[in-house]
Amino acid sequence: MANALHIVVCAGISPDPLQTLEPITTPNGPGLKNELVLPAVLDPWAASALYEAAALAPKNPGSKLWLVSLGPKAKLQQVMMTVAQKVPFELVPIDGPIGGFPDAHSTAAALADTIASLPGLDRAKLLLFGGWESATRGAGITLQIVGERLGITDQFYGVDQIDLHDDGSFEVLERIEGGRHQVSVCAGTPAVLGWATGNLAEPRNNPQVGMANMRTIMPALQKAKPATLAANSLRYVSVSLPKQQRTTRVVKDLTPDQIAAELVEWIGAE
Amino acid sequence: MATVALPETKTMLTLPGDAVRQIQWRFADRFDIQMLVQSARTVARSTVARLVAAGERNTHEWTPAKAGMFEAFDRSGVTAAFMEPEEGGFIAGPKNLALSLAAFELAWVDGGAATASLASFLALAPIHERGTQEQITHYKTLAAPPQAGEDRKPWRGAFALTEPIPYVGVDTGMLSGRISIAGWKPGEEPMLQVDKRGRFITGIAFANFVTAAVMSEDPRIKGSCVIILEEGDPGSFDRGTPTKKLVHQLSSTGDPIFNLNVPANRIVGGYTVKDGVIVPNYNHGEIIEAVFRRTRVPVGLMTAAKLLSAVEPVIRYQRERFRGAEGSRPGSVRYEQGIQQREDALHRLVDIWATGEAAASLGFAAARLFDALDPLEKHKTAVLKEQGIQGGRAEIKALKESERRAILLLSLKPSDPGRAELEADPLVQYVLMDAEANVLCPATKLWNTGHGANMMREAVSLMGGYGITEDCPGFLANKWMDAQLEATYEGPEAVQRRQLTVTMTSELFLAEFRAWTVEMRRIASDRPGTGACTLASAMNLWLWTIDYLHKSTDPEGNKLYHGQRQGVTFALADALCWLLASRAQILDVLELEAQGATDAVAAEGLEGTVQFLSDLCHTQAAQAAGEVSRICAELVFGYNRHPAWDDEDHKSCFLSSELEAYEETMPGITAMAVDVLAADGTHPPKAGPCAGCIGSAEFLRLQSKLTTCLSGCRLAKDRAADTVSKVMIPEALDYPA
Repeated sequence: MANALHIVVCAGISPDPLQTLEPITTPNGPGLKNELVLPAVLDPWAASALYEAAALAPKNPGSKLWLVSLGPKAKLQQVMMTVAQKVPFELVPIDGPIGGFPDAHSTAAALADTIASLPGLDRAKLLLFGGWESATRGAGITLQIVGERLGITDQFYGVDQIDLHDDGSFEVLERIEGGRHQVSVCAGTPAVLGWATGNLAEPRNNPQVGMANMRTIMPALQKAKPATLAANSLRYVSVSLPKQQRTTRVVKDLTPDQIAAELVEWIGAE
Repeated sequence: MATVALPETKTMLTLPGDAVRQIQWRFADRFDIQMLVQSARTVARSTVARLVAAGERNTHEWTPAKAGMFEAFDRSGVTAAFMEPEEGGFIAGPKNLALSLAAFELAWVDGGAATASLASFLALAPIHERGTQEQITHYKTLAAPPQAGEDRKPWRGAFALTEPIPYVGVDTGMLSGRISIAGWKPGEEPMLQVDKRGRFITGIAFANFVTAAVMSEDPRIKGSCVIILEEGDPGSFDRGTPTKKLVHQLSSTGDPIFNLNVPANRIVGGYTVKDGVIVPNYNHGEIIEAVFRRTRVPVGLMTAAKLLSAVEPVIRYQRERFRGAEGSRPGSVRYEQGIQQREDALHRLVDIWATGEAAASLGFAAARLFDALDPLEKHKTAVLKEQGIQGGRAEIKALKESERRAILLLSLKPSDPGRAELEADPLVQYVLMDAEANVLCPATKLWNTGHGANMMREAVSLMGGYGITEDCPGFLANKWMDAQLEATYEGPEAVQRRQLTVTMTSELFLAEFRAWTVEMRRIASDRPGTGACTLASAMNLWLWTIDYLHKSTDPEGNKLYHGQRQGVTFALADALCWLLASRAQILDVLELEAQGATDAVAAEGLEGTVQFLSDLCHTQAAQAAGEVSRICAELVFGYNRHPAWDDEDHKSCFLSSELEAYEETMPGITAMAVDVLAADGTHPPKAGPCAGCIGSAEFLRLQSKLTTCLSGCRLAKDRAADTVSKVMIPEALDYPA
């Protein structure tokens, strides 16, 4: 049980990427048109973190896995109908606003406070997981602030792999420029790992796991604590969608090499 | 891009999502079913859609890629949805709604995929419904997907009822499959010889076991039965050649030949030995009835799914139709609205959408009803068994008193103290639900698939030439063709109409129907925009007509409402289906309105969603009213000979000059006289004197009322069309095409 881990995965929800995402102004600041009624998914980066955590936990007997998620609980419930069938975890929902625009500091504070008060959590064994470039609350700083508020200074981002050693230390691969990884060795938990895509495929669906998860998820959702996220001094000057870049050409009679050469040339020009 | 303030609006914001559907179709409190829906949807819009897009439908043979679909079913929980938790499943209790929703999700992309999943359940259904406990546990456990740590392949099954012409098909009573005793040693299980040829048997390419309907040709076996055959049984288990279907190619279909030696304990439901004769505990007819009355509902829902699945691709096509053209610039009406500038395009899509909503509501209402009925049926059987009553006719006789009490219950006012005792009687509850289920099941199968196929054609037409190509988003042409098979298998339309002919005239059902008419008026009083009042008027007209037809004869004195007179009975059955679908649709919208506010997601824009869905109800109710009015008028008047000028009763028509004279003493008589001879004694140029029939005044009063009840229905359609032109849809379809 030397390497028993307490893994907490922070994961938000975001609109299904195929939906029409149209920025609008709401009384609470920027938002997406009809966001609450759009189908939602678990933030894909954080989902990678969850699957990595779920693979890690059984290899380290005695480990526990929590999924902490901030969003409207009705929306969280819908997302759980899919996610809960993937891997076993305990959901810790925080009933908060939807959207990617709330202040990262307020969000991080709500997450950190919730994690700090998790019953049975041993912070010495804590691995705090999340998405590296989360699709939601993607200021790029939320996970870092949560870690800082929990007093965790060993933080890794763009993580694709973690290997635990028998002495409790672990090796982490972080993405760096040029498609390479930086290898780091950390003496042990606690640590923050912001995941890239990792190496695991999406786990197979397992409705039995879903039923087991749901026995705790549904009561947890009913008891979810509301969180109001203060805007602090955050102000958005403008909000816009990334510019769509789609220039499709129908090309026939080119060899794969010719196509590849043209792509390389195009990428270089960008 | 600058952001804009979103104005307050009552228009539906987006296409109805899960939160709305869960409330409408009553599974908001069933997370087990919600999970099944999500996983079935994932399989449909990934594995299944890729198969279709890759052209797997272009082959009749069973391919490794198609087989991979079953592995996806196993992983997703679709296969296990039929099993109890102790058998490897995850949903406890009745599963009609769950299986219907899974079929709905799969059919959203491909009907063949849905059929493939249902076929496995169909093979197990005889065992599930009437099998011995040993049979149930054995085969359902084998068919369950492997659990964690297990290394085995789940068994697949096929249900073999249909036989080569002229045997089993429309008339399930004619069986050519034979069973005889091959050996029977004292004290041992008898061995049976089974000879069965199947036709259009689904799932046969990979079936590990088959449940086959057979008839005894041996005096030592009584009657017929359903028997379980396994691929490893001694003899020949020939899967036959694949059927060259033009539809549902993702399901395997073939014409197998079985010549097998099996133990008698494979008889579904077991048997008893009386005087040296094996007597199956259930004949094949009893088993098939129990099976089909449930499994036909998901088939109807498959077509409903297709109609609703057509909405998004059609809207996208309509809006983007002119993009890229010279002069069609972003921001221009032509660019933004495309074909949706035109009222006709919107109205036709409203009709398709309304039909899809009604079909889904009817089907899910039937599925829920069977979920509620299942435990009551078991209770009924147990109660009657305690009284020493078993078997079809004996049970029907014993339940007569319960039916009388049920009719009494329906006649009591809500405040009547006598209701409580009747409502608490499970046998009364059973007969009420049973009477309703006996109608809703064939109605779902008949109307959803038959009218649904017609409306799928309309959906295809809205895509222009694109609609009949393989590239059409949403595979609409496939869905149109597939709908024809859905209208045919598990009992074609004539079978459903014949069943309705009997069940819709039961005294108990008609009493329930009268109560629904009152219910619709009450709803109309609270929610006038739903079309409930139109529907109630149409229901009254239908009731009056069926009563009239029961009492009336044709000119030869033959009864109009008669089992053999399908021109009357089948037409009335068709009319009833329109009414039932429309009623179910209205009730679902009312449920959403009542419960929507309790769900934060459904509550967002609820008013607009309810308004739009109510407008669809109104549109559909008007369509139903029109159909009912036309059918009933044809039946009431159509069996009277048109009067001729030389008929005895019509010889003494007024002359116009006579009328002028009478007008002086009887002012207004000219307006009353419809058939007037000209001064030269010639008749007006028409077939004969205007017709009437005995009792027609009341019919015309009801029909006239119905006609005026259509007031507002086109305004509702206009509102719905406006919403269709504005509702937000996703950027792209969530499955490949």
